[in-house]
Amino acid sequence: MPPAVGGGLAGSELRPRRGRCGSQAARAVGPDVATEATTRSPKRPAPSSRRFEAPGRWALLALVTLMSFATRFHRLDQPPHICWDETHFGKMGSYYINRTFFFDVHPPLGKMLIGLAGHLTGYDGTFLFQKPGDEYEHHSYLGMRGFCAFLGALLIPFAYLTVLELSQSLPAALLTAALLTFDTGCLTLSQYILLDPILMFFIMAAMLSMVKYNSYANRPFSAPWWLWLSLTGVNLAGALGVKFVGLFIILQVGWNTVSDLWHLFGDLSLSMITHMSGIRQIMPHMPSTLHWLGLQVTVGKHLTARILCLIVLPLALYTATYAVHFMVLNKSGPGDGFFSSAFQARLSGNNLHNASIPEHLAYGSVITVKSARMAVGYLHSHGHLYPEGIGARQQQVTTYLHKDYNNLWIIKKHNTNSDPLDPSLPVEFVKHGDVIRLEHKETSRNLHSHYHEAPLTRKHYQVTGYGINGTGDSNDFWRIEVVNRKFGNRIKVLRSRIRLIHLVTGCVLGSSGKVLPKWGWEQLEVTCTPYLKETLNSIWNVEDHINPKLPNISLDVLQPSFPEIMLEAHMVMIRGNNGLKPKDNEFTSKPWHWPINYQGLRFSGINDTDFRVYLLGNPVVWWLNLLSIALYLLSGSIFAVALQRGARLPAEVEGLSQVLLQGGGQLLLGWMMHYFPFFLMGRILYFHHYFPAMLFSSMLTGLLWDTLLRLCAWSLASFSLAGHVHTLGILSLLLGIAYSFYLFHPLAYGMVGPLAQDPRSPMAGLRWLESWDF
Amino acid sequence: MLGFLQRPVVVTADINLNVVALTAVGLLSRLWQLAYPRAVVFDEVYYGQYISFYMKRIFFLDGSGPPFGHMLLALGGYLGGFDGNFLWNRIGAEYSTNVPVWSLRLLPALAGALSVPMAYQIVWELGFSHCAAVGAALLILIENALITQSRLMLLESALIFFNLLAVLSYLKFSNSQKHGPFSPSWWFWLILTGVACACAVGIKYVGVFTYLLVLGVAAVHAWHLIGDQTLSNVRVLCHLLARAVALLVIPVLVYLLFFYVHLLLLCRSGPHDQIMSSAFQASLEGGLARITQGQPLEVAYGSQVTLKNAFGQPVPCWLHSHQSTYPVIYENGRGSSHQQQVTCYPFKDVNNWWIVKDPGRHQLVVNNPPRPVRHGDIVQLAHGMTTRLLNTHDVAAPLSPHSQEVSCYIDYNVSMPAQNLWRLDIVNRESDTDVWKTIVSEVRFVHVNTSAVLKLSGAPLPDWGFRQLEVVGEQLSRGYHGSTVWSVEEHRYGRSQEQKERELELHSPTQTDVSRNLSFMARFSELQWRMLTVRSDDSEHKYSSTPLDWVMLDTNIAYWLHPRTSAQIHLLGNIVIWASASLATLVYALLFIWYLFRRRRRVCDLPEDCWLRWALAGALCAGGWAVNYVPFFMMEKTLFLYHYLPALTFQILLLPVVLEHVSDHLCRYGALAATPPWGYGSRGVLNGDSSVMQMGLGSQARLCRGSEDEANEGCRERKVADVHGRWGRPFGPGEHQEQREGQGNMGRDPEQPVVRGRTAWCMAEINQEAL
Repeated sequence: MPPAVGGGLAGSELRPRRGRCGSQAARAVGPDVATEATTRSPKRPAPSSRRFEAPGRWALLALVTLMSFATRFHRLDQPPHICWDETHFGKMGSYYINRTFFFDVHPPLGKMLIGLAGHLTGYDGTFLFQKPGDEYEHHSYLGMRGFCAFLGALLIPFAYLTVLELSQSLPAALLTAALLTFDTGCLTLSQYILLDPILMFFIMAAMLSMVKYNSYANRPFSAPWWLWLSLTGVNLAGALGVKFVGLFIILQVGWNTVSDLWHLFGDLSLSMITHMSGIRQIMPHMPSTLHWLGLQVTVGKHLTARILCLIVLPLALYTATYAVHFMVLNKSGPGDGFFSSAFQARLSGNNLHNASIPEHLAYGSVITVKSARMAVGYLHSHGHLYPEGIGARQQQVTTYLHKDYNNLWIIKKHNTNSDPLDPSLPVEFVKHGDVIRLEHKETSRNLHSHYHEAPLTRKHYQVTGYGINGTGDSNDFWRIEVVNRKFGNRIKVLRSRIRLIHLVTGCVLGSSGKVLPKWGWEQLEVTCTPYLKETLNSIWNVEDHINPKLPNISLDVLQPSFPEIMLEAHMVMIRGNNGLKPKDNEFTSKPWHWPINYQGLRFSGINDTDFRVYLLGNPVVWWLNLLSIALYLLSGSIFAVALQRGARLPAEVEGLSQVLLQGGGQLLLGWMMHYFPFFLMGRILYFHHYFPAMLFSSMLTGLLWDTLLRLCAWSLASFSLAGHVHTLGILSLLLGIAYSFYLFHPLAYGMVGPLAQDPRSPMAGLRWLESWDF
Repeated sequence: MLGFLQRPVVVTADINLNVVALTAVGLLSRLWQLAYPRAVVFDEVYYGQYISFYMKRIFFLDGSGPPFGHMLLALGGYLGGFDGNFLWNRIGAEYSTNVPVWSLRLLPALAGALSVPMAYQIVWELGFSHCAAVGAALLILIENALITQSRLMLLESALIFFNLLAVLSYLKFSNSQKHGPFSPSWWFWLILTGVACACAVGIKYVGVFTYLLVLGVAAVHAWHLIGDQTLSNVRVLCHLLARAVALLVIPVLVYLLFFYVHLLLLCRSGPHDQIMSSAFQASLEGGLARITQGQPLEVAYGSQVTLKNAFGQPVPCWLHSHQSTYPVIYENGRGSSHQQQVTCYPFKDVNNWWIVKDPGRHQLVVNNPPRPVRHGDIVQLAHGMTTRLLNTHDVAAPLSPHSQEVSCYIDYNVSMPAQNLWRLDIVNRESDTDVWKTIVSEVRFVHVNTSAVLKLSGAPLPDWGFRQLEVVGEQLSRGYHGSTVWSVEEHRYGRSQEQKERELELHSPTQTDVSRNLSFMARFSELQWRMLTVRSDDSEHKYSSTPLDWVMLDTNIAYWLHPRTSAQIHLLGNIVIWASASLATLVYALLFIWYLFRRRRRVCDLPEDCWLRWALAGALCAGGWAVNYVPFFMMEKTLFLYHYLPALTFQILLLPVVLEHVSDHLCRYGALAATPPWGYGSRGVLNGDSSVMQMGLGSQARLCRGSEDEANEGCRERKVADVHGRWGRPFGPGEHQEQREGQGNMGRDPEQPVVRGRTAWCMAEINQEAL
């Protein structure tokens, strides 16, 4: 609706910069009041923003960027040893350089970028990254740190531009930039080889491109509109590709897109402009079908564009990162054990790689049986009995994560004891539903179960090894079943998912995943569960398979397809994330600690003599942010109620209230999206998880104070000093923040000497909360 | 004054026989043969114990829910004169004669029975026909899962009752908002909403979801109220305040009231005492109170104390030491200091006694007058039986190698000096000069040399440590954690300096006499906190199921089986009702989205009041289903089919609502749509069609509804109106006028003027947009 947007604007230079707030507000109130909206819209952009000419704006942006880079790159090489999680992410970067397979709970993009940065700057992947505090010595680590610092430094211009776009006010953007530049927490987190700067970079970039493309709402399908829209998609893929918390920015963009489409959908003028006006002239009685048709063309085009750029494109990129990940990491490494047998077959160096084994199970085969549940391992037994008082005193059966001779079992027929490997007998394949006996190869005892309670899971039955030289009783009989049978009756090595059902009691062989006490060598418990639910606990597959009577075939045919690998990798990651549970008695960081800056994280050093770096937000900035959120909620609800009551606000205030409600609302939503979900997470949490939310909250602070000060200036308009209230307020905030940074900068740049409780320490008197331990 | 002499006293009774009849059949279905089977059925075994505890007034702790539900069940026992003497240990056990089975099961059954007429009322208040309302009530009546669940000593039926009551009274309230705000009935329903919500939350925590739903709907309504510019500011403020008080303050008060009564009733110590803090235990009759009554309050130098850990995980325990020493070499090859073990021991024992000693003096008795120990003082702790001093040093602890070992110091004359000074840090102090008090004070012991804190690691020691729990010194200055906090439980002033006599003294029980009181709020917050954090072992159960199984009705629970006759009770839903209710939800969702999108394009399928009614019914019924169902996907506890029943009840209410809507609006539409809507050539035929249909439906509806009263007037209007609205829509203003006249001329019914108004409204909007 060009008339509603452009009409009455004084300077054309403001047109492309207009936020969506104005146009959206005009749209929201509907066509009948659109004229009214046009009359007030020119007053909305703050008068001061017009004062700055384009070169001035660029100079300011350059200054902000320069400050940001200067603070981030200052003393980047200090300390020259591993700090905190560098030990993980540096190591993972090295794995990429060495092409060794590993497992991590985060998606691969961030670590791939670290590896790439290291590779390009001459790091050869030979440093071991064993533990925090290890000296880097001659290894080149600055490239990786520099890469992270580079991305971290870009956060500030991004925040600056986002706020500028949302509020149309340079002071607000400057204030935001200052808050973030002078925050010791952001600074510290950006200076090391960590995923966080990369993650925050993508989050902020996505936010910025979203705001930008919103600002082109009046020129849809123009080149910059397409550019920003697809950039949003790219950055979303990046955010999700670094950590799963990238999902929150996806939700925010999704929410924004849905409400945007909803407005477009309700905008009846849309289809009229493009189609109906012409048609009406020809056919005055044109009924609603074409009305719908016209609508579908325009809104449908909008919808398709968004689906393409915000769903298809990110998904494709995200998948591509995994494709690269799996292509690069093709050597066996420490991550193998987490994955299924079929997956391991892909890795060179793994004993399943290029192995050739018989494809179908036959009687007499020697096999290992692996649980389908991740990180449980192989069915195992050994020559030790269950201790007195724990079920029957028979041989233990457990699961064990490592490859071992005691994992080998022989499949036998349940009723005959003849050796199936006798060459005179024909090969007989095991079929779905057969009753079999599993004999432990090393000890010649049969897999056995009976009505005794299992050692740890009291409602299940105990599983033991029983019998002498393969002769046992009817409690040794198991029926073998294939889950989701697809390929006929035979049982395929690696690919068939089997269940073993105990014939006498009807229970299912399963692993509970619980660790046995010392008597069980801390291996995992195996039980026979009477609950016949299909869970991964009770599903197994055959991994190794030795049968001299059968031809070996190459396992390459069994390689899983790419979608299967993707799915499995995600399942393992999600499990891994869920497995990061805090233990009892452990001091963990709680989400409510974070906004109040309750506790920091030690990045490096503990004692007086160490070079200490402490991740802690600049308390002035953080507490200002906290105050601002409260103030925002207060002022926002006052405005919202006033508008709902139909109060007639003066045009100036009306414009400011729109900035506050629309622009501020987006930022508040961002803060909430990146903060509140942590309350629901069961996994172990750390202070640094709050930083994405902190970015949003800082932007909100900048926008809020600028708006409030403008309101103050407006309400004091009758006094002569009124004009300066705003300028003075912003200046004093900027100076205050800069001074607090001067006070707290040793936290980020490192400090040596006595701890802060010591009066001789340079940080003495700055330990404002007892819980800060620097 | 004597007005009643001048005018006759008139009592007008307005009795809805539908409600009476529904109540009667409801009662019949729920109460018939209520005392059968005379045996413990399923979870009665669980709730029964708590009934017995109430009857005997013994304190217990149940983490599964707040106490109101348990108290309701116990009320039945109280009315039936139950003495609490029954051993609830096995499902299927026969009840002894002293158990009043009928009255114990009465209250849940009544709640279940009353849900039937309430379903009727809710659908009626939502603005749907009597026919739909009766349908909803009948569906609730014959749903076998609901019947099964109401006839036993279980909580779901009461929860459902209060859920429905909350929704019903909110509807009554919002309906009376139109004609009589601030009238007595308005106040009554508003406050009843709050109370019913509190009751629902008080029975089970999941009740909170219904509460939130009602709050949400009320918030939306309040927001519209703010936008209503015909009301003055003061009046809006009054409205908002009344709602805030009734829906926020009153529920909190009622919830507190439940706990107040709960704590008032349960005044004796019982089996779950150990979980609670010493202070709480001391407030119960018997148990710890018997010991701690009248102990000296202020801990002084020379006091003999037992120190209990505040965290109590894995079990509550006391700081303990004994003659045995740490083994020189552990199994994993690490070495120890070989000094006397210090552990945490979960049983009362004479070795739990410690003496608070002033480092500057040698005496172990209390001065006269006693010198109290204050926050920040340096103390030594001497083990009562061995007189060795509590010590920690830079030696790795046996099981937590990153922490320091804690021992009682033995001087082996090796280069390992005693480091036995501890600074007292009172965590919950009010000022920095606070005195260390028995039971009340929570203290930490900070080691002077290494600034380590005395902490319970919770790991059980191996055989050499008699499987007692490990205590370590941990280097930390961060945060408060229960495992580092200790409180004095038993306390007396030491009298004897001699070792022999002191041992005798320690063996004798403490006795002195004064009682201690804990405020209600302190007791409440502790109890509530423990209830939320107490961990129930989430063992899987034979009949446990997942939320997905519920919708599919892929699960059941065998409640009871007669050992000889094989008579059974099963919890199993009626598959027809479950499936059709799920279908109704789906249809509702699709229709809602359809209407919403059409409205967004200013196409009015439904007139405004019909749309609002339709949306409100969805918000409460479909919303009620969603909020009571979806959260279960995120819960980690063991789930059963009966957890679905509250959601199901709301879903059942939606079924007749959707049916009525479909028959009123869509069936006709479908018949008419046989002629394509853009086939305007046959306009006349179309009109004829619609009026014929209209008449047919009208008479049907009348048959079904019986006597239509004033409130239903709107619905009749609506029918005509939306036919006009729909078919009149695509024309321009001029044509439309003609169209309307045409229909008016057919002389259909006297409501025409109203219709005209509505149609005109819809048209006006469309035209405006078209322009």
